[in-house]
Amino acid sequence: MEGPPVLALRGVSKRFGAVQALTDVELEVPAGEVVALVGDNGAGKSTLVKAIAGVYVPDDGVIEWQGKATSIHRPQDAQHLGIATVYQDLALCDNLDVVGNLFLGREIRKFGVLDEVAMEKRSRELLSTLSIRIPSVRIPIASLSGGQRQTVAIARALVGNPKVVILDEPTAALGVEQTAQVLDLVERLRERGLGVILISHNMADVMAVSDKIAVLRLGRNNGVFDRRATNQEEIISAITGATDNAVTRRRARGQEGQQ
Amino acid sequence: MTDDPTGGPGQEPGRESGRVPLPEDSMPKGGVNAPVDVAAAATPAVDPRLIVRQQGLKGYVQEFRRRVSSGELGSLPVIIALIVIWVVFGSLNSSFLSAQNLSNLSQQIVGTGMIALGVVFVLLLGEIDLSVGSVSGLCAAIFAVMDVTHGVNQWVALVCALAGGAAVGLIQGFFFAKIGVPAFVVTLAGNLFWNGLMLQILGSQGTINLPGDDIVSKLYTTIYGAQIAAYGTAAVGVVLFLASQLLDARRRQTAGVPSRPPLDIALRTILLAIVAFLAAYTLNQYKGLPLALLIFLIFIVVLDFVLRRTTYGRQIFALGGNIEGARRAGINVSWTRISVFMITSTMAAVGGLFLAAQIQSASQTSGGGNLLMNSIAAAVIGGTSLFGGRGSTWSALLGALVIGSILSGMNIQGLSNALQFMITGAVLLAAVVIDSLARRTQRAAGRA
Repeated sequence: MEGPPVLALRGVSKRFGAVQALTDVELEVPAGEVVALVGDNGAGKSTLVKAIAGVYVPDDGVIEWQGKATSIHRPQDAQHLGIATVYQDLALCDNLDVVGNLFLGREIRKFGVLDEVAMEKRSRELLSTLSIRIPSVRIPIASLSGGQRQTVAIARALVGNPKVVILDEPTAALGVEQTAQVLDLVERLRERGLGVILISHNMADVMAVSDKIAVLRLGRNNGVFDRRATNQEEIISAITGATDNAVTRRRARGQEGQQ
Repeated sequence: MTDDPTGGPGQEPGRESGRVPLPEDSMPKGGVNAPVDVAAAATPAVDPRLIVRQQGLKGYVQEFRRRVSSGELGSLPVIIALIVIWVVFGSLNSSFLSAQNLSNLSQQIVGTGMIALGVVFVLLLGEIDLSVGSVSGLCAAIFAVMDVTHGVNQWVALVCALAGGAAVGLIQGFFFAKIGVPAFVVTLAGNLFWNGLMLQILGSQGTINLPGDDIVSKLYTTIYGAQIAAYGTAAVGVVLFLASQLLDARRRQTAGVPSRPPLDIALRTILLAIVAFLAAYTLNQYKGLPLALLIFLIFIVVLDFVLRRTTYGRQIFALGGNIEGARRAGINVSWTRISVFMITSTMAAVGGLFLAAQIQSASQTSGGGNLLMNSIAAAVIGGTSLFGGRGSTWSALLGALVIGSILSGMNIQGLSNALQFMITGAVLLAAVVIDSLARRTQRAAGRA
C-alpha cells in the first residue's frame, strides 16, 4: 500500500447524552478497497457513517483525508472533500426521470437553462461505464425495480466524482438477483479506484466483495480482518462478542505473562 | 412495490439452461421495460422517452394503449371532457358554438385561468393555497383604490397590486415553510384575513368603478381586430414550436443521444397548427384576437419554460416528489416553498386584475363566490395532480376552458344557480376521482 489511506479515522468518539455511541474508533479506507463495516444493531455503524458524512460532528478524535487532518462540520463539507453517501432510504424523487435524479442539485446548465442533452449524454456514459442496465434514462424512477433504483442511487453518488463512497445497507431490501447486481456494482467501484465503505448485515455479501472487514461492537473497534485470511465464524464471533469469554481472556493473560 | 412488472418469464431461460444467471436475466425481455442498452456505441436512433414508438403510426397506437392501461392519462381525460361538453351544449343550443360565444369564452376564462396557473405551482409541491380568491380581490382593490381614489400613476398602482400579491405569498410561505404550520391552515386563515383587509381598503364606498381607460381595463377590453393578429400569433406559435423541436433534435443528434424522429415532430407540429389556426379562425369570425388571451398564453409558455427547463423548476418537481431527497440534494427547501407561494399569490393578483377589468370595478364581492373553487378545480381538471410532483402550466388553460365552457353553457341554457353549483361541484369531484384512480393505476403499473 503506497501513500496514506484516502480516509482515516483516528480515535473518534461520539456521545449522545448518557450514551457513549463511539469510543476511540479507528478506521482506514485505502483507495481501491472495499471496507465492510459490520456490527450488531446499536454497535455504532450508523453513527460512525454519519460522523464521516458530516451529519454528526465527533466529540473527539481526528478524521484524516489523504493523510491530512480535516474537519467535517456539515454534509456539504464531506461532499466537497469527495465523500458520497448512499443512505438506506434512497431519497430518489419518484416523479423525476433517471437523468433528473442523477443530476438533482448539480444540474448542468447552459445560459442558465438546463442542458438536458449534456446531462443525458453524461448519464449514459456514467451508466455504461458502470455497466448499469436500465430500460431508459428517461423513465421515471417509479417504474424501476428496487435493484435498479439502488444502482441509480449509487450512480448518483458518483456524479460528483467522489473518492470515497459510503453504502448504507445497499442490499437490505433486495432480492437475490438484484443483490447480485448491486454487488457487481460495488466491485466496479473498487476497480475505478474508489474507496468504498460497505455497511451490511449480510455476511455472505460482506465476504463476497470486501477486502477488509472492520467490526464494531458496543461503539468500539472489535478487530479489522483481512477477508482472505478470515472466515464467517470469526467475524460473527467478533460481532457478537463471543471472542470475549473466559477462554480467550485466560489465553490473553497467558500471552501477557509470557512477554 | 412491483419489482419487475413483466419480468416473470424472463428469468426462466437462465435456470433451464443451467448457466450462471446474468443480471440481465431478471430484466423483462419485451414490452415497455425491456432494457435499452445505454452504451454510447449502441445508441438507439429513437428518443428513449418514446420507448415503443419506434414503429411509426402503429407505435403510437401501442404507446397510447400502454399509457391508458398504466394510468398515465395526462391531459387525455380533460380533452375528452372538453369535446363532450362542447358537443352536448352545442347540440342543446347552437349559439354555444358560435364564434361570438367562443370568443367571449376565451376572454372570460383568463381571470380564473391566471389564478389556476398559480395554483398549478403550489399543487406541484403537493400543497394547497386556499387564499387565492381573497388575494385576487385584495389586489384588485389595491389597484382600484390607488388608481381611482388616490389618483396614483396607474403603472405604480399596478406594480403595487402585484407586489401586494407577492407579499401575501411571502407571509403565508413563511408561516408554512419556516414555522411549519400546514399550508391548508395558513391559507384558510389567510383567506379570511385578506378578505377582511380588502373590505378595509375599499372602505365605506364598497365598490370602486374603473374608469375604463386605465391599463387594467384595456388589458381586458383590447381586441386586435386585424385578421393578421390572430393568424400571425398562431403562425408564430407554430413556427417557434417547430424550430425548438428541430433545434433540440439536431443538438441531440450531434451529441449522439436519441432524438425524436422527424415523423413525430411533423405530426406534433401539424396537430398544433390545426388547433392554433382553427382557434385563430374562430376568433377572427367575431372581433379578433383578445389581448387578454394573448397575455394568458404568453404567461403559460413562459412559466412552462421555467418549470421544465430551469433549475428552479426542477427543484419544484423534486420537492413534490420527495422532500427528503430534495433536501439531501442540497435544495433550499424553505426558500423554494416560500417562493412558490409567492408565485401563486402573485398570479392570483394578476387574475384578480383581469377579473376586475371584466366587471369594470373592484367591489366587496371581488374574489368571493366560486372563484377559489373554480381556480383550484381548473388546475386539477386540467391534469395537475393534487398529490404533488405531476402537472403542467397547460392544465390551467385546459381546466379553465372546461370550467368556463360549463358555466357559459349553463348560462345559455338558463339553468338556476342551484343546478350550476351542483354540476360544477360534481365536475370537480370527477376530476379528483380521475386523478386518484390514475395514481392508483400508476402505482399498480409501477409508475407512481
